Amino acid sequence: MALTYDLARAPDLSAFLRKDKDGSASLDLLVKGARCAACMSKIESAVTGLPDVAAARLNLTEGRLSVRFTSPRGDAARVVAALDKLGYPATPFDPAKAAQAHDQESRRLILALAVAGFGAGNAMMFSVPVWAGLFGQELGPATRSIMLWLSAIVATPCAIYAGLPFFESAWRSLKAGKANMDVPISVGVILTLFISFVETFLNGRDAYFDAAVSLLFLLLIGRWLDHRLRARARSAAADLLALQAPAATVLGLDGLERVKPLSEVVVGERILVRPGERIPVDGFVEDGVSELDNALLTGETAPVDVRPGDTCRAGAVNLTGQLRILAIAKSEDSAVAAIARLVEAGAQNKSLYVRLADKAASVYVPVIHSVAALTFFGGLAFGLGPREALLRAVALLIITCPCALGLAVPAVQITASARLFRKGVLVKSGAALERLSEVDHVVFDKTGVLTEGRPRLIEAPAEALALAAPLARASAHPLARALAAEAGPGPRATEVLETAGQGVEGLVEGRSARLGRASFVGLEGVRGGETELWFAIQGETPIRFRFSDQLRADAAATVAELRALGLGVEILSGDLEGPVARAAQTLHIDHWRSGQSPQDKAAVIDALTAEGRKVLMVGDGLNDTAALAKAHAAMAPGAALDASQNAADLVFSGEALGAVADSIRVARAARSRALENFGFSALYNLGAIPLAMLGFVNPLIAALAMSGSSLVVTLNALRMHGAGKA
Amino acid sequence: MGIILILAPISMALGLAGLGAFWWTLRSGQYDDPAGDAARILIDDADNQIS
Repeated sequence: MALTYDLARAPDLSAFLRKDKDGSASLDLLVKGARCAACMSKIESAVTGLPDVAAARLNLTEGRLSVRFTSPRGDAARVVAALDKLGYPATPFDPAKAAQAHDQESRRLILALAVAGFGAGNAMMFSVPVWAGLFGQELGPATRSIMLWLSAIVATPCAIYAGLPFFESAWRSLKAGKANMDVPISVGVILTLFISFVETFLNGRDAYFDAAVSLLFLLLIGRWLDHRLRARARSAAADLLALQAPAATVLGLDGLERVKPLSEVVVGERILVRPGERIPVDGFVEDGVSELDNALLTGETAPVDVRPGDTCRAGAVNLTGQLRILAIAKSEDSAVAAIARLVEAGAQNKSLYVRLADKAASVYVPVIHSVAALTFFGGLAFGLGPREALLRAVALLIITCPCALGLAVPAVQITASARLFRKGVLVKSGAALERLSEVDHVVFDKTGVLTEGRPRLIEAPAEALALAAPLARASAHPLARALAAEAGPGPRATEVLETAGQGVEGLVEGRSARLGRASFVGLEGVRGGETELWFAIQGETPIRFRFSDQLRADAAATVAELRALGLGVEILSGDLEGPVARAAQTLHIDHWRSGQSPQDKAAVIDALTAEGRKVLMVGDGLNDTAALAKAHAAMAPGAALDASQNAADLVFSGEALGAVADSIRVARAARSRALENFGFSALYNLGAIPLAMLGFVNPLIAALAMSGSSLVVTLNALRMHGAGKA
Repeated sequence: MGIILILAPISMALGLAGLGAFWWTLRSGQYDDPAGDAARILIDDADNQIS
């Protein structure tokens, strides 16, 4: 739900300004719809032309506009209004979140990658003559010594700089009493550099300076791919959050409206909530009559009436009338707090998950290190000199380098998530894909997940529909709009008067007519399990229009597909029994529960987990967040509340529920690719270890084997592009 | 033999120059907006360019 700002009301957006050091202010906006050079020049010249604006620059890749004002009090609302007039709806970013956008870590990794590339290339230049010398060509010991020293001068500083990310991570892991993949990498690199220096001093031929740097180069590629995957998901998530506008319109004592980021709303402030907006914090209704849609909070489809004195909870959508509410809780203390605690507990659960690469490392590290130690002591026992024995042990460490392992998973996951990204599915992290691939049971929320989450007309006499349509077209109520959508374009009623929370009246074909709740047309009706509208026209008996939340078009196909994939399917809904039972029957789902509270849902997930099942939870509401966080893997539709999207591992946009089955299929394909890569690495190591132990490995073979294995692993990962198709 | 002592430093210097150039492009934000940079070259009006 994007907020649209109306110039006539001119709300104060100054809370979104970021103060710069030189006394000016700047503003970051998410701009929708800018695609080409023409848009860019139109936007930039229009915004730069505004008073007080020093500069405006649009980042077309990310759709972000940065505006710098000349004074500390820039008029942010005017910028938004100007963009709106051009036809590009814009939403301001929370200054705190905009600051996070500058991704320092990525720059550091790229620079390390560049340094490693430079080091590998230039060290290799001096290694080639040495390799040539290995085959008996003329290379005097003096020349070889010069080459090795030059190689050392280039490679050592590069290896130290490029290796820092690994050394730091290895140190952190060792301090925590564990050994991750970075431990053997760090040990390998440092030992290789050390032994190469010793060899160079002693005028030996086995110096591995180039191998140490190219190992780091290959590993940094994997590290950077993994980082990019997470960074892209983060920035996409930030965009979604900005679009959901975590902002509230606060009424000041002076009667002026100010738009504030949610986090700055304090208890006792008066907040204006217009129809279509979400209630920002828990509060009392002070003024106004309206209906609230609690679907995302409780899963109920029927709207709830509110009038002055009623409480309303954060997250509900205001449907019909403008409300003024008194904040009784801060954003972080609102009704969501209890759920948030459950979410936290679930998130801790998830952080216990051991990633595939770390599982592999926990086997790989002890095995390789003991084999290397065995080589050294075995070599001594069989009468090799300590120098030769140590060289063989180091050659073994280098040739079994985990660069294929380091690339095996990130390369697969980046191709898999790129595939899903094109299908409109956003993957939050690599671990999310791994968890999704292990899932064997799917739990769906009903409202907004299996269903479209908005009402559709299901029962109406045709002639009455034609009569009611002009009145419906004039109303903003969601049910009336659903009716108007069903009737198609046509004339509007005249002399329309809308009473918030009641209905709309006007003139249709010269007769006065009313459309609204039963009492509005003079009936003492009782609201049933379904949402309904009554229509009365002068001189005739009132007619009832019934609405229901329709199932998504491909819901049945998706459920069948999930079954075909061998997964159990279940519905957990907060809605009433009737609608849930009907949905379950249509979709042929035997296991369903209705009337579930957020705690119930989380408890059901816990019970399923205790039975040993790995559950995928698909939900959109605040009432699902705890369950989403507790489940083994979680998905949320793009229309879900930000809290749900935060708790979910994957977010799918678009209307198709088929994204769930697609994602599982791609995740499974990614897992088998990653396992294949591990299998290949293990096979290759099995071959390489005896060679190294017997002393057949020289620096040339080490370099070839290392890049060869990485290449095979990467090519196997690229097969993901075609994988997972139905 | 002597030629190596001349050529090796030259090749190193060239490599370092390349690394330095890459570092500069990274620092000056040339990879921040590839789509925008591609489109910006099509804008004729030089007045609204912001450095």
